[in-house]
Amino acid sequence: MRDATGRGQTAVLLGGTSDIGLAVLRAIVSAHGGRVVLAARDTERASTIAATLPLPAEVVAWDAARPDDHEAVVAQCVEQLGDIDVVVVAAGVLADTGEVRAEPELAHTMAVANYAGVVSTLERLAGMMRRQGHGLIVVLSSVAGERVRASNYAYGASKAALDGYAQGLGDALIDDGVDVCVVRPGFVTSKMTEGREATPLSTTPDAVAVATRRAVAKGRRTVWVPGAFRWVMLAMRLLPRAVLRRLPI
Amino acid sequence: MTAPPAGPTPPPTRRQELSGWGHRPVSVATVVGPEGLDAAIHAAGDAGSPAARGVIARGSGRSYGDAAQRAGGVVVDMTSADRILLDPAAGVVDVGPGAQLADVVGSILPHGWGLAVTPGTRRVTVGGAIANDVHGKNHPADGSLGSWLDRVDLRVPSGETLRLDPGDEALAATLGGLGLTGVITGARLRLRRVESGWMLVDTVRTPDLDATLAALDEAVRTGRGRHHVAWLDLLGSGRGAGRGRGAARGVVTIADDAPVEAVPHGLDPLARLPEPRLTAPTWLPSGLLGRRRIAVANAAKWRRTPREERGRPVRLDGFTYPLDIVDEWSRAYGPRGMLQHQMAVPPGAEHVLRSTIARVVAGRLPVLLAVLKPLGDGRGLMSFPIRGWTLAMDLPAAADGLAEVLDDVDADVAAAGGRVYLAKDARLRPDLLPAMYPQLDAWRAIRDRLDPDHVLASDLAVRLGLLTNRNSGA
Repeated sequence: MRDATGRGQTAVLLGGTSDIGLAVLRAIVSAHGGRVVLAARDTERASTIAATLPLPAEVVAWDAARPDDHEAVVAQCVEQLGDIDVVVVAAGVLADTGEVRAEPELAHTMAVANYAGVVSTLERLAGMMRRQGHGLIVVLSSVAGERVRASNYAYGASKAALDGYAQGLGDALIDDGVDVCVVRPGFVTSKMTEGREATPLSTTPDAVAVATRRAVAKGRRTVWVPGAFRWVMLAMRLLPRAVLRRLPI
Repeated sequence: MTAPPAGPTPPPTRRQELSGWGHRPVSVATVVGPEGLDAAIHAAGDAGSPAARGVIARGSGRSYGDAAQRAGGVVVDMTSADRILLDPAAGVVDVGPGAQLADVVGSILPHGWGLAVTPGTRRVTVGGAIANDVHGKNHPADGSLGSWLDRVDLRVPSGETLRLDPGDEALAATLGGLGLTGVITGARLRLRRVESGWMLVDTVRTPDLDATLAALDEAVRTGRGRHHVAWLDLLGSGRGAGRGRGAARGVVTIADDAPVEAVPHGLDPLARLPEPRLTAPTWLPSGLLGRRRIAVANAAKWRRTPREERGRPVRLDGFTYPLDIVDEWSRAYGPRGMLQHQMAVPPGAEHVLRSTIARVVAGRLPVLLAVLKPLGDGRGLMSFPIRGWTLAMDLPAAADGLAEVLDDVDADVAAAGGRVYLAKDARLRPDLLPAMYPQLDAWRAIRDRLDPDHVLASDLAVRLGLLTNRNSGA
């Protein structure tokens, strides 16, 4: 059960090897008596990570691209944890436009890994949380979804879709005791962005975790990390496309 | 988040978002009236039904945390079971579980009877008061509510209604049992003769915690006054708060029943207490009660309080129920909610009071209200009071760093042989519960006899692992 400060005792991390996801998990799950499930495709890697966590962690195999298995995955999580207090959605594949041009199937891969597969799993988890009468779903979106840009349009689009779904889901669950918090970080220096050049206003997994923890305590439903992005993205949405297209971003 | 709206034909069941007085945490349950209790218990065996997740009774929802709610389960709203039948000759009153103490006092006071034990709000129901074994500002003298209970009727999930007398182990488990031994369907309270609805109050200002403890200790030891309480300023920026030993200036209040002669001229000594005329609206934003504003209010209160004063007549609602002046006052914390941390520590563990104050000051936590009282010996297996001191602190639930600081405070409390009050709790570390309540296993054994199929459960019970053999799922 969640406590009055928003912390939970049990949690599922979709994307169980994500640096950001793990940081958020550690911030939101109570260190005393908490239990988590890492749902990941690379179960070996997840098991290694599970061993390093300060609380008991089980690994469940989860592939966003296999929706027929998602019902069973959720059932496994429930079997491990009982009630699921918190779900953190941190699954994701990142490829910029250059990489997609070289391997066109990456666009579809991202659409499934970042959006469609998550939707399939979240629908089942949300249904279960409605029956539970309580819960929190933290969805890691991205500023890249706020105004999709040429430099990473396939990734941005998948995040835009996820963001819209998460907001709608939050509204649909408003009377069901389940909260949805959409987190929109800028560039995060992490395993997923290794080797890439950081953009201005970049952040870290720990900073995202701290901002998420604060937002959850306050009952906020969207979080920008860093906070300045709220205004940056507002400005970008107001820019005419012709101007946006020419910006070196 | 309290009782369902009154009406000529209330709906039999509905899903409703529930929380405690602090408005956090929140969960959704199916709410039924007392007439729905039997059906709920019956449905508990059906795996698909909400009742399978747990059934719990609810009163006025004045517990600060999640004791009277059950996520995805069934909550039985007992507030309509509010009969009050006074025997003015014998000085006992038979009450339904849903009767609020406010209404009980209103019925008995004109006859010259009073409640010996009452908590700081009269809006709690009798059922809730028993389930938390409430205490007041007069615990060393008069004990907790359990000391004044002649009888409790308890409906257990098997269908029986047990009539419990003091001395029954089922009563010892029900007192402070948080509704987890059965649903209370009635009680008989023993009353105290009072000449008036007034108290005579002595006040003294104290510069630091040591002086506060000394003043309270001296008054209890010498038998001065029956009620003892200290208000502490944990936000002061003067010489007091946060620096060195004995931080936190305070105001110590000592009170006794006022005889008829002391009641201000022209007033009916046994007049009914007025109802509050103000109700805090639901739309108040968070952040109204900020650290700075309250620090200023505290400083003003301190300056306004006379250095020492004796024998001022104060009406019962002004002394015992100061927070009832505005109904639903916790809404002032806004949608982010509040929480209260209340500890009891034994004599000799005063260092925990000091270290707690040091921790909250170092963490810059906005403790918007802090109250200290002496306690006497307790009763009831899971009852909160133990001989020593109790410190209660009100805080906004969303304050930065709150969870971590209070986790550390709880560790200190447990290590010193103290405990946290479950009527107020919304975030205690479950791993500390057995150390804080050494009678936990004995209580569980009795509870398992009264509710062998584990029909009864609350969010608090699940969160703290109070129940055996029940995982958090259906």
